[in-house]
Amino acid sequence: MLIGHQPKEFLLAVEGLTVSFDGFKAVNDLSFYVEENEIRVIIGPNGAGKTTVLDLICGKTQATSGSVQFRGKELTKLKENQIVQAGVGRKFQTPSVYEDLTVFENLEISYPRGRSVFGSLMFQRDAAAKERVEEVAEMIFLKDRLNMYADVLSHGQKQWLEIGMLLIQDPDLLMLDEPVAGMSVSERVKTAELLNTIIKNRSVLVIEHDMKFVEDIAHKVTVLHQGQILSEGTMEKVQNDPKVIEVYLGH
Amino acid sequence: MIINSRFFNRSELIGFLSLALLLVVILPLCLDVFRLNLVAKYLTYAFVAIGLVMCWGYGGILSLGQGVFFGLGGYCMAMFLKLEASSVENTKIQSTPGIPDFMDWNQITALPMFWKPFHSLTLTIIAILVVPTLLAFIIGAAMFKRRVGGVYFAIITQAIAAIATILIIGQQGYTGGINGMTDLRTLLGWDIRTDSAKVILYFFEVIVLFACIIAAQFIRLTKLGRILVAMREQEDRVRFSGYSVANFKIFAFCAAAMFAAIGGAMFTLQIGFMSPSFVGIVPSIEMVIYTAVGGRSSIFGAVYGALLVNFAKTSLSESFPQMWLFGLGGLFIAVVLFFPNGLSGIWKDHVQRHVDRLLAMRSPKARKDWAIKSAADGAPAE
Repeated sequence: MLIGHQPKEFLLAVEGLTVSFDGFKAVNDLSFYVEENEIRVIIGPNGAGKTTVLDLICGKTQATSGSVQFRGKELTKLKENQIVQAGVGRKFQTPSVYEDLTVFENLEISYPRGRSVFGSLMFQRDAAAKERVEEVAEMIFLKDRLNMYADVLSHGQKQWLEIGMLLIQDPDLLMLDEPVAGMSVSERVKTAELLNTIIKNRSVLVIEHDMKFVEDIAHKVTVLHQGQILSEGTMEKVQNDPKVIEVYLGH
Repeated sequence: MIINSRFFNRSELIGFLSLALLLVVILPLCLDVFRLNLVAKYLTYAFVAIGLVMCWGYGGILSLGQGVFFGLGGYCMAMFLKLEASSVENTKIQSTPGIPDFMDWNQITALPMFWKPFHSLTLTIIAILVVPTLLAFIIGAAMFKRRVGGVYFAIITQAIAAIATILIIGQQGYTGGINGMTDLRTLLGWDIRTDSAKVILYFFEVIVLFACIIAAQFIRLTKLGRILVAMREQEDRVRFSGYSVANFKIFAFCAAAMFAAIGGAMFTLQIGFMSPSFVGIVPSIEMVIYTAVGGRSSIFGAVYGALLVNFAKTSLSESFPQMWLFGLGGLFIAVVLFFPNGLSGIWKDHVQRHVDRLLAMRSPKARKDWAIKSAADGAPAE
């Protein structure tokens, strides 16, 4: 824990966040708070605005109004790469890896050094960088595939690779959009294990439909419905909320 | 440094050395001065094609306006040569002696301000490198910062090529108009029109070309080179890994512009004139075709593409002048449809393997390396 940690100091404070696409409010006056080292899972039916919330936090979509404070910084005013440099990492729903590059090169690009144009021109692949890449590759079960091109990896391996790319970035807030979607059962188990190791010492915001998986990892669950919070609290509380059962879990 | 397995892998080293053999030994021995000068002209487009490999092949930014930068480099060189050819003595029959002839014809009586730096060769060389790069920077910053990309960017660059042509033709008094800058004679007193000068300029150009190949290869092997490839595939992933995608695109576009400008300056030296017909939309698209035919992600492919398409152009337009443009169009369609990776793709898929096997047979160690390499990744990315 942080020294001098105050309970009221949130890592991420989302307040009054609204985005409207041609009048349709995908996210409507949304407020929630994430603490240090907290694992928050966002669930909700399709079209509830879950992915849009992540898009708003990481700067992919511009908010119509409201604020996103991360460690006291207003993220809605920053560019995407500045938000990443502030310590927010984002994994996309479909695996976004560079298929024409090797696993090693994929990880190396996410290694947080030489991020400016001339910095990357002068970047040297030194021992520290190599060591870090190998360390992460081991965690994501791809150590023996470092020199393979990413296009030959399976869907699950691509998901792991992208998780690894976030890991090497070492963000304080990690946002994962359906990390186990489309995975086989054995891959799912391995991914849960992987997530449990990487979520230490950072806050995580996860979107997931797999309720078993949610139950395993969540500290707190936020249920979204039509761009607004329907319910929030522990898994147990949310599961027994009649409103949640009606719109989401009941199906 | 260059003969270093990490800088060029084996197949690239073979590519480099065979290109050097072709350009430095075989072609000068086999061709007369006239044909060698034609090759020199073709090679000026190889500079542009190398730039397009960086910007389009690696970075995925298709520019249909490279003629602008080629022309700017060429015009900068031509301005220096024109001023040297317009000494007071040479132009004493003009109403204002000491200024280029086309200015005199257009009733201009004093050398314009922006022509004055071109009295100095040093400033001219700086202008060749800086002016086109600066223009590319301005265009790139205006477009990429606003996230204009893909087809829209290509169309805008094409519009810029059209604008540049209109501007050059319209400002006849300052640019020589549609005729361009002709009657260029000497470089620092050395007559560039003689046969021996043409041969020397050819070798000079080949040296500069190899310097550009090495520079491009250097960029390709840095992290920046890998980020360009990453950006082509997953722009958002790069952005959300903490990079300013716009800045990297601007860099690639500026580098391509600088290569094109060097090619343009070489063109003026080789051919002895520069005109708007090398600036506009058609030449700009032809430059993209050279790159596509050679293989848009191969530096060496770009050089061969420029050589081959231009060679075909010369031979075909000598015998069937009307057919040439159809041939070029057909070639482009065929390459896009059947050989998306161009000549270098054909080489990599069908020839490389046999060359590797031949070389591997020579030593047991090499055979082992080859087996490991081909097991690990197949052909290396070029």
